[in-house]
Amino acid sequence: MANSHTAHDAHDDHHGAPQGFMQRWVLTTNHKDIGTLYLVFAGIMFFLGGAMAMVIRAELFQPGLQFVDPQFFNSMTTMHALVMIFGGMMPAWVGLANWMIPLQIGAADMALPRMNNFSFWLMPFAFILLLSTFFTGGGAPAGGWTLYPPLVLQGGDSFPMAMFAVHMMGASSIMGAINVIVTLMNMRAPGMTLLRMPLFCWTWLITAYLLILVMPVLAGAVTMLITDHFFGTSFFSAAGGGDPVMYQHIFWFFGHPEVYILILPAFGVVSEILPTFSRKPLFGYESMVYATASIGFLSFIVWAHHMFTVGMPLAGQLFFMLTTMLIAVPTGVKVFNWSATMWKGSLTFEPPMLFAISFLFLFTIGGFSGLMLAIAPADFQYHDTYFVVAHFHYVLVPGSLFAIIGGVYYWLPKWSGHMYNMTLAKWHFWLSAIFVNVLFFPQHFLGLAGMPRRIPDYATQFADWNAVSSIGAFGFGLAQLIFPYLIWSCVRGGEKATAHVWEGSHGLEWEVPSPAPYHSWSEAPAIELIERGAAH
Amino acid sequence: MSSNSHAHDSSTYYVPHSSPWPIVGSIALFCVMWGAVTFLNDWGSAWSFLPGALLLLVLFFGWFATVINENQAGLFNAQVDKSFRMGMMWFIISEVMFFAAFFGALFYARELSVPWIGGEGVKVFNKLLLWQDFAPTWPTNGPDRLGGHADGSFETIAAFSLPAINTALLLTSGVTITIAHHALRAGHRTQLSIFLAATWILGFIFVYLQGTEYHEAYTELGLKLSTGIYGSTFFMLTGFHGLHVTIGAIMLTVIWLRCLRGHFTAKNHFAFEAVAWYWHFVDVVWLILFVFVYWI
Repeated sequence: MANSHTAHDAHDDHHGAPQGFMQRWVLTTNHKDIGTLYLVFAGIMFFLGGAMAMVIRAELFQPGLQFVDPQFFNSMTTMHALVMIFGGMMPAWVGLANWMIPLQIGAADMALPRMNNFSFWLMPFAFILLLSTFFTGGGAPAGGWTLYPPLVLQGGDSFPMAMFAVHMMGASSIMGAINVIVTLMNMRAPGMTLLRMPLFCWTWLITAYLLILVMPVLAGAVTMLITDHFFGTSFFSAAGGGDPVMYQHIFWFFGHPEVYILILPAFGVVSEILPTFSRKPLFGYESMVYATASIGFLSFIVWAHHMFTVGMPLAGQLFFMLTTMLIAVPTGVKVFNWSATMWKGSLTFEPPMLFAISFLFLFTIGGFSGLMLAIAPADFQYHDTYFVVAHFHYVLVPGSLFAIIGGVYYWLPKWSGHMYNMTLAKWHFWLSAIFVNVLFFPQHFLGLAGMPRRIPDYATQFADWNAVSSIGAFGFGLAQLIFPYLIWSCVRGGEKATAHVWEGSHGLEWEVPSPAPYHSWSEAPAIELIERGAAH
Repeated sequence: MSSNSHAHDSSTYYVPHSSPWPIVGSIALFCVMWGAVTFLNDWGSAWSFLPGALLLLVLFFGWFATVINENQAGLFNAQVDKSFRMGMMWFIISEVMFFAAFFGALFYARELSVPWIGGEGVKVFNKLLLWQDFAPTWPTNGPDRLGGHADGSFETIAAFSLPAINTALLLTSGVTITIAHHALRAGHRTQLSIFLAATWILGFIFVYLQGTEYHEAYTELGLKLSTGIYGSTFFMLTGFHGLHVTIGAIMLTVIWLRCLRGHFTAKNHFAFEAVAWYWHFVDVVWLILFVFVYWI
């Protein structure tokens, strides 16, 4: 390791980070800087979307209308989802991909560095467009993040702003995905065969395929909404021979792969963390790869399980019910592989491991409630209730978000060169893990009892569990304030991190010094390093 | 070209060190989107598109000039070339999926929503209670007979008239660009220029003929964007295709001008091939469109 890096430093093409804010952060083509930009942007969006969630839970703390009017409440639910999905989760994953993929495969940078920065800078502008809807006459979009017609078409000045914001986010995602695929396919160091790649790379590869195949479909759906609203087309109007349900089909053809776009990289991160802190190689590496690919494929043929109640032929309901249940098979493979990885390992419980283990348990709860929702006749009861809200928040918060947090705690010493405050990070974990269950578990009960989602007021029978859920939300929200403080203080200083950081870490990213030099792997890593780091 | 590329030799992968184009592009796209919002919300006139359009022109000229200069300076090795190729391929696949959304809408309307509105199967109450007079045939502008002539009727464009000629034009242009490619690889520069020119000329003739077809549709046939689901799918599919042909023809013109300036060699001509792939892509989309929109 040390040898290869002294060799790098002598090379005159390699220098440190450029001086000056513009050069460093705006005009950059460096995958690490762009990764940092993505992660900081995602962090800001997480807190913004989180603030909206706090408004929602404050309003729902007790029955009746307390703080906001119903229109603004609906804007909160709509914008919370759009901000969290497109502004928080997706950029966070792209940020981690930017930082880690070149390090993990021994590449000098992403394959298309300028386009990489273009992908990033589209995002702040897209969100300026989206968030400025709050200042228009009719307020921000309030028809739900799924943008269903005819409701969405009744939006005011915010309507085209939200539509074009989605177009910009889509362009960003497509370019980001192209960059990931080209990097993984063309930039791997000699000897880094596909089946030696770390699982984070594999899951991101499948994710990128999904992005390229579905983001343009969302762009098409949004375009049809724009023309239906402004140019008199009848795609979603029965009067002209179209069908509003057609929008739902097109949207969910995007939407279901989209939710896997949010979770597949999480599978990758967890598959990195568990072996490190179990001090065992990942159990069933190849089956993990094939399970990921199967999940990616199945995600394209399950979309209508989001719309069992809209009126679909029986054959359609059966087909989508059965294909949805099929997803439990590859997902089960993953869950069992993770469990087997920890089996008889020498486990230690550093913060990344804590988040990964709680991911395993809590994501699985979300998976089980997903199986319940997959049963078409049962879904007639659950549809549009808080049971659905509980389900997807279990897979997204203690699922995707815990994996993002775990990933940051796992790789932060590599990025900053310092260890962070382990005690405080464990406080962050325990507060998060407890409050997330206080927050979302009661929502199962509320949903099964019949409380609909997206309402600012509710019958008094739902009061108790709503109050509990709101307390959980405030606790969870406050606990997250530890996270930026911890990252900030870790970046500023602390105990020096070693190159390997963790006792059990394997892989190329741990063969470069901490902090990772501004330019890494300008010369391909030695084959022994790749063989030593291979996940299996 | 950036000043810090002096140290680069083509034995390693070329990573540009800094570039203004990503931020210029983001601001340009934001201005385009803001212009569209301003126009659609009646906050301003069509002039609101101007800043975005100008910035977009600056972007295209600037970014492409940078990359072309880097390529002419020999900074790109075979691995960089491969990245560009893969990037273009996946970009075209994303474009295919964009068209797939609109073809999906067409098939859904023809196979599902129109028969359902007409009362097929369990949707029989649509026929009994809502739209007794609606006959679910294709083409249709729906039970409310939207758009069309004053009486709600409209006519369609026969497949084996102008569209067939356009098919022949595009297929011919597919042949001419292939001949041009072979000429480039064999080093026959004159043949290259002639056949590349023929390709973009055929492309622009196609666009012109589409324009006359649209004019006829609007002025005589009662076929408009607002003519129910037929008009919607017809104009959105042919319109986005026409837009892509226009972009493709402009791209062809650019690489033709580059050929005239002596760019591209028998072995190094990624931009040529990228445009050729793109051109074949619009060709294939047209064939599917010809069959399902015009013919059957």
